[in-house]
Amino acid sequence: MTAETTSGSSPLGAWTARLAELAPAVRVTERPFLTQLTLRVRDAQAQAAIGPALGVELPSTPCSFTRGTGPHGELEVLWLGPDEYLVLARPGVQQSLEDAIRAALGDAAGAVVDVSAQRTTLALSGPRVRDVLAHGCAIDLHPSAAPTGTCVQTLLAQAGIVLLVSDAGRDEFTLLVRSSFASYLAAWLIDASVEYRMVPA
Amino acid sequence: MQLISCPWCGPREEVEFHYGGQAHVAYPDDPAALSDEDWARFVFFRDNPSGPFAERWSHAAGCRRWFNAIRDTRSHELLDVYRMDEAQPARTGTS
Ligand SMILES: [Zn+2]
Repeated sequence: MTAETTSGSSPLGAWTARLAELAPAVRVTERPFLTQLTLRVRDAQAQAAIGPALGVELPSTPCSFTRGTGPHGELEVLWLGPDEYLVLARPGVQQSLEDAIRAALGDAAGAVVDVSAQRTTLALSGPRVRDVLAHGCAIDLHPSAAPTGTCVQTLLAQAGIVLLVSDAGRDEFTLLVRSSFASYLAAWLIDASVEYRMVPA
Repeated sequence: MQLISCPWCGPREEVEFHYGGQAHVAYPDDPAALSDEDWARFVFFRDNPSGPFAERWSHAAGCRRWFNAIRDTRSHELLDVYRMDEAQPARTGTS
């Protein structure tokens, strides 16, 4: 029923070494093959029922995400719209997670779709990560404007991305980009980081 | 470039948005009863005011929701935004 989404190569598998050279100014690592489910649900009661099934409440504030641990391990639930969420989990739990959400949905109107292959995920950190992102992204990422838990859908170097502030104090971000844009964005990140690679560690 | 305030996401750069034409164009109650001329009027005819104009916009690169906005067609300034289920804010004193 669900398409097989994990294969031998990830969208940025070939970029691992080049991205690693950006450290320590910026540390970029792919988190390949994460389980990603799009969840559409409007009914408030059904939204509330899904929280316990996942072990983490759905985010109620626009442009935020929630994080927690449940039966399917560590989860992040991203707000993508007033009735739309993206559930991120460890690789390989697509089917069991989908089943659990469907069970919690019950008869309520909703949709759960496996979109794991649509995007790949990058973990970004380091003292220069905000400077690099600012080269191509207009969102104010200062911790006072974008605290931990912020989740914005926007453009980075004109590519559509979802950007999560995983830990504002430790300069940690998570970036989701469509698989077909991933190598373009990796090349852009490397180019945008050039000036910071000169800075002694 | 101006910032447009998405009703969900807040102020974002204009390039994240798409224009969707005049707002509040009601779908005909009984489309089959319309003459060709009335149908053409519904599909193609739109207001073209000089001044505030209620329009549909979509936050295409963000939350991808449609919303309504009042834009001044003379200055291209977006004066107001409101969600699809919200009433059009009253604007007086402009023409
Ligand atoms: Zn928006």
